[in-house]
Amino acid sequence: MSGEISPIRLHKELSRIWGTPPGWARLSAVNHTVVGRRFMLAAFIFFAIGGLLAMIIRVQLATPESTFIGPEIYGQIFTMHGTVMMFLFAIPMFEGMALYLLPKMLGSRDLAFPRLSAYGFWCYVFGGSILILALLAGVAPDAGWFMYTPLSSGRYSPGINADVWLIGITFVEISAIGAAIEIVVTILKLRAPGMSLARMPIMAWYLLVTALMMLVGFPPLILGSILLEVERAFDWPFFDPTRGGDALLWQHLFWLFGHPEVYIIFLPAAGAVSMILPVLARHPLIGHNWIVVSVIGVGFLSFGLWVHHMFTVGIPHLGQAFFSAASMLVAIPTGVQIFAWLGTLMAGRPQRVLPMLFLFGFFFVFVLGGLTGVMLAVVPFNWQAHDTHFVVAHLHYVLVGGFIFPMLAAAYYWLPHLTGRETSYHLGYVSFWLIFIGFNVTFFLMHLTGLRGMPRRIEAYPAELGWETLNLISSVGGFLMAIGFALFATDVTLQMLYGRRARRNPWRAETLEWATPVPPTSYAFASLPVVGSRRPLEDDPDLPRKLAAGEGYLGFARNNWMEVLSVSTGGGDIDHLVMLPRRTFLPLWTALATGVFFLGLLFKLYWLSGIGLIVTVGLLLRWTKGMGLQRDHGPLEIGRGESALAHYEADYPPSRWAMIFALLADGILFGSLAFALLFLWVVAPAWPPADLISGGWLQAFALMAGLGASAMLTRRAIRSGDDATPRERSLLLAAATGLMAVAAAALFFMSVLPDPTRHAYAAVTAALVVYCLVHAAVGVIFSAYGLYRSKTGYVSAARRLDLVIAQHWHDYTFATALIAMVLVLVVPMVMT
Amino acid sequence: MLPAAAMGGGCSGPLSTLDPAGPNAVSVAHLWWMMLAGAAAILALVIILFLVAFVRRDERGPVRERLWIGVGGFAFPVVVLSVLLVYALLRGEELLPRGSAPGAITIDAVSRQFSWEFRTGGRLESSGRLIIPTGRAVDVRVTSEDVIHSFWIPRLGGKIDAIPGHVNVVRLTADVPGIYRGQCAEYCGTGHSGMSFEVEALEPAAYDRRMAGAAP
Repeated sequence: MSGEISPIRLHKELSRIWGTPPGWARLSAVNHTVVGRRFMLAAFIFFAIGGLLAMIIRVQLATPESTFIGPEIYGQIFTMHGTVMMFLFAIPMFEGMALYLLPKMLGSRDLAFPRLSAYGFWCYVFGGSILILALLAGVAPDAGWFMYTPLSSGRYSPGINADVWLIGITFVEISAIGAAIEIVVTILKLRAPGMSLARMPIMAWYLLVTALMMLVGFPPLILGSILLEVERAFDWPFFDPTRGGDALLWQHLFWLFGHPEVYIIFLPAAGAVSMILPVLARHPLIGHNWIVVSVIGVGFLSFGLWVHHMFTVGIPHLGQAFFSAASMLVAIPTGVQIFAWLGTLMAGRPQRVLPMLFLFGFFFVFVLGGLTGVMLAVVPFNWQAHDTHFVVAHLHYVLVGGFIFPMLAAAYYWLPHLTGRETSYHLGYVSFWLIFIGFNVTFFLMHLTGLRGMPRRIEAYPAELGWETLNLISSVGGFLMAIGFALFATDVTLQMLYGRRARRNPWRAETLEWATPVPPTSYAFASLPVVGSRRPLEDDPDLPRKLAAGEGYLGFARNNWMEVLSVSTGGGDIDHLVMLPRRTFLPLWTALATGVFFLGLLFKLYWLSGIGLIVTVGLLLRWTKGMGLQRDHGPLEIGRGESALAHYEADYPPSRWAMIFALLADGILFGSLAFALLFLWVVAPAWPPADLISGGWLQAFALMAGLGASAMLTRRAIRSGDDATPRERSLLLAAATGLMAVAAAALFFMSVLPDPTRHAYAAVTAALVVYCLVHAAVGVIFSAYGLYRSKTGYVSAARRLDLVIAQHWHDYTFATALIAMVLVLVVPMVMT
Repeated sequence: MLPAAAMGGGCSGPLSTLDPAGPNAVSVAHLWWMMLAGAAAILALVIILFLVAFVRRDERGPVRERLWIGVGGFAFPVVVLSVLLVYALLRGEELLPRGSAPGAITIDAVSRQFSWEFRTGGRLESSGRLIIPTGRAVDVRVTSEDVIHSFWIPRLGGKIDAIPGHVNVVRLTADVPGIYRGQCAEYCGTGHSGMSFEVEALEPAAYDRRMAGAAP
């Protein structure tokens, strides 16, 4: 099959299979290059909106007693500035970069789940649009981007504003969780043959840790948002101190997300630095393994320091000291990276080129932000500086230094790859100096403004406090910076339109993303490379030509299949052949249906939400139509005289890993809910509640029996091998026992629980039961779906993937339901 | 000229933490100046190292990975941070309302959108104006009747959040008599900017007279 067709014909055939046609069909794109570009473009548009809001803030604060906008509008403006920049710019921008670069760096043709990234893109754009439309309508969220309750509760924020935040952001978070699973599984499974973990480009390590952090960090916020929305909509008092709730629960859930979030934003950018800096310094990165250890260390430590956002809430000093120490500890792995970069520069011959100038900006701004971060980790200093403009200055140094400067360096470094054109660079230099000087003028003196007592989020201040000069200077700097960013956008546009054609690999880099044509083809690699070291382009400078000629793996087109290879997780040996789904409008339709679900929640039209949910689930099931094989194929040829099983017949294909990581995130959400119960019991006022649960053992037993039977029957269906009759009988029974579990959970909810609006205890307990109910119901769908797949001929002893995935779900549901029942039934006996 | 003016304005100001008027605020201000000096030195070190890489012309020797990563990246921050952590912890311990300070008085501060109310011994003292004696520790028990606010008198010391359902205590002392300004530091809604209050610190004798006079 291989080696016989010309590179041109191979290109044409692969393009036909992988490409996105013009016109309306563009909306059906699932290709990582296309979706990655769209993510980045959309993120930049949101960045411009967030920047515009920042300019309004600077106009307002430029003079004392300003009457430019009133406090109501100002509340919306600063809340939306933070929300847009964190959720609609930073995270999606890095996701876009990761989606675009990752397969190319790993030597793969696409991501593991192309339709998932397309769905994530639409969820992001729709969720973000809800927020922006609310802003235009004057009903944007206005309680600050961390939405502290009770200010954000129904009593003190009665309008739709807070709902817009909770629902819009949760919509966007779906996209983030999807992207995280996509990134983790792609890195673990879809690498080029021979690329062991140790041979991965360093960026892959950064992205792997970041994506895992998202899977652990985002669920607490998703849970918090759900609980707060339920409190607002149905009066379940999770956070209401008069009924056993606690405002501090929200703060814990929020910052349990919020602090890792900072590192989730920083690490991909640091990954870009670790890729770019060695190339431009003309020396391999020193301390590669130490950096990997550091990045993993940051991942763990970042979950142990959220309380440093809460040093003034009255937590015991010893507790504060613990989090203070942890906050300082995280400076050490960051220090290791900084000095590894400095050592690399010293060891090499650094080139004075534009991306390097932005890296200088990164060093200066980020190190300064890190230093003020250490200061804020010092508890007594924090008591003074917390909630002042000192913190505003600090966080902008960290985020602009730790994200925007590296991303600008990355933009100028990878733009020739993205556009296939060279930059002229002159505008870029001007833009750098405007941004760098403007930034420091805005934010350096703001440290002093804060220490002189200016709290954050005030919209007017009297002249006698001595802040007016400092604020005026900050505002001037802000406008300089804005002009700098406008210039950057102009420069990039000009380059895309008029730049000279770039040659391949202009920076003489050594990683695989530079082995694709520029701009990249839809299939990225005409054939897949064999990787023998961390620097494949140094090993074989002729690699790009050989790959284009089809000399690697899969250098052919067959059956209109979109084929990539999956490798063993650690070693990089070929494991199986993955057939990716082709382009489809389904992600768009599904995201629209999901949008209907969320809009129904927003406008309290719950019947509409119900329709949206049913259509969404139906469409998600529709995704699988035509996926799979209706007969066992056995090993298939993959080129170079080798063969591999199709992923439907493999033991650990990407989709199985996706389920495992999805359940990890789900487990964190469940753990956060369990934490809520115990936290409230120990810390909140007005506990224990007057009426506790009574009875419920029978319903709990029925629930556990139903779930346990579903899990066992699914196992038995898998063991039935090629014999369809017992398999389908087991699956039918599993669906029936699953229904029994659903009924038991519903009965539990209706007949056993105290009224959830009376006390936070009843509310959290009810939430735990609803959690079990929802999971049992999804389990029924899995069983019924397995039955359908079996009946339509997609299941055999070898092709058991659908059932294995269902089995993971059933096992997980059984385990969490068991814990939930212990929490609901046993904990009240122990605690009272 | 403008930065000079801003800096020249120095550190004074009715809400300036760098113009301390009590031991709590003095302690933190010291900590700040110390950390500022350290941070400036570290930033200068990093930037100089960065720039030196571009200007040096000598032959590159073997890569000294252990020096860069072991010493610069690891040992250096460990030492600096350990010292800072222990020092800050001890300082923090001194500032906490532990036990009863000699002659300490206790005042309740109740916040609501968008005002402060102060009570001594359960008796309403005043709205928006807190009266304290100089030289004596004042334990302020802070809570809220609605949303979260934060009680902060920058010239006397650090802030503490006013959280509904919780009572937090902050210990402050004013060294010299005078009027100090307080401000809500946690965003609490549209009236947040204006949610300020005044602290009047009186000589002990004047304070006792005022208290006696205010008694019913």
